Amino acid sequence: MTGDLSLHIIISIFRITTAIVISLGIGIPIGLWLGLSKRADAVLSPVTYILYPIPKVAFLPLFMMLFGLGNSSKIILIISIIVFQIILTVRDGVKEIPTEYYYSVKTLGLNRWQIYRNMVIPAVFPKIISALRVSIGVSIATLFFSENFATTYGIGYFIMNCWVMVDYIQMFAGILAMSIMGIVIFKAIDLMERKLCPWI
Amino acid sequence: MINVRDLGVNYGNELALNNIDLDIPGNRTCAIIGPSGCGKTTLLYTIAGLLKPSAGKVLINDEEVQGARRETGVILQNGGLFPWKTVWDNVSLGLKVRKFDKSAINQKVAAILEELGILEHRNKYPTQLSAGQKQRVAIARALVLEPDLLLMDEASSALDAINRELIQNLILKLYKKNPITMVLVTHSIEEAVFLGQTIVIMKQAKINHKINNPYFGDEDIRSKSDYYNVCREVRELLRGEDEEQ
Repeated sequence: MTGDLSLHIIISIFRITTAIVISLGIGIPIGLWLGLSKRADAVLSPVTYILYPIPKVAFLPLFMMLFGLGNSSKIILIISIIVFQIILTVRDGVKEIPTEYYYSVKTLGLNRWQIYRNMVIPAVFPKIISALRVSIGVSIATLFFSENFATTYGIGYFIMNCWVMVDYIQMFAGILAMSIMGIVIFKAIDLMERKLCPWI
Repeated sequence: MINVRDLGVNYGNELALNNIDLDIPGNRTCAIIGPSGCGKTTLLYTIAGLLKPSAGKVLINDEEVQGARRETGVILQNGGLFPWKTVWDNVSLGLKVRKFDKSAINQKVAAILEELGILEHRNKYPTQLSAGQKQRVAIARALVLEPDLLLMDEASSALDAINRELIQNLILKLYKKNPITMVLVTHSIEEAVFLGQTIVIMKQAKINHKINNPYFGDEDIRSKSDYYNVCREVRELLRGEDEEQ
């Protein structure tokens, strides 16, 4: 039995949302560090360049061995794709902050943490939102792939299982549900942009 | 009182300022004018403590400038306003980091925005403002901190002719109401003559001439021939610089 479609969708949304939140938590601090420290950029950026282009889906068997067959390996697979885009976007965003903003914060007397809060983070936030939009498509494709292994829940499993069972109506319902899931995620990102970047 | 002594600034191998000596008495205005790349903005930023000199020193009230002073207000060329902050938040930021209490911040920010005629725009973001309004916000952000020295880097250069004159009138009015030491860098001869009690003419990293402007402070000077005589004098000195080059 494939079960209730909505349950599969909820589980897939949970996996992808968790991956996005963790990717932001890891990617933003590392990106800020690389953007503000030339030494860190010189050492860590080449590592990022090596890891970023590798097709991460190849790591799914490894992640399942290391992190188990459950949600963790699937979430980590998505993180491994999004996090590099976040890191590089934040790093480049920091480097693109105009010099006049640095002069502004200096003349206004802001300390290091006040500079992060009032200048650096707001300056890179719109770029983070753009990076998220770009990476969502790949993330959903990766989710679909990963949900074909060692799970009985998730929209990827639902679609492929219906196909095997020759239940094409349910299969198409699953594909449609996946599209709706994409719309919901993109709309959530739009909402986040309106709340966090109202000046755009 | 600003004393610049034997000041030199280098950008790598490039000499931006060389042996600059300049005294600006307290509560007076000084306009610095010169061709592009002559070092006038570098001089302003060094006085602001944003650039470190490679030789010599800048003294403000007999204290050597080691970094940005809290008592120095700076208006940057494009305003330097943060696009992610509203007019109110841009203007109040300096007060917040100075730990003013909320009621004092509200009172000071409202007063300066009212004075500059932009209180109605307090909830707008800089992208929603005209160039003239943005410049007023930048002036408000600097003046709300009640600085004893105001530095302006081509404060009106991005404006059209009408708005430029309005901003110049506003700056003069604010100065007359509350005289503080003011140093402005400009490309405009008319602005230098309108706002500078002393006009400093720079060329190739050095100060070449200093002119005292006896007509400073007259709001109607633009309609008088004396104004154009001083403008002509400055223009001839600048042209002389160009011909020498």
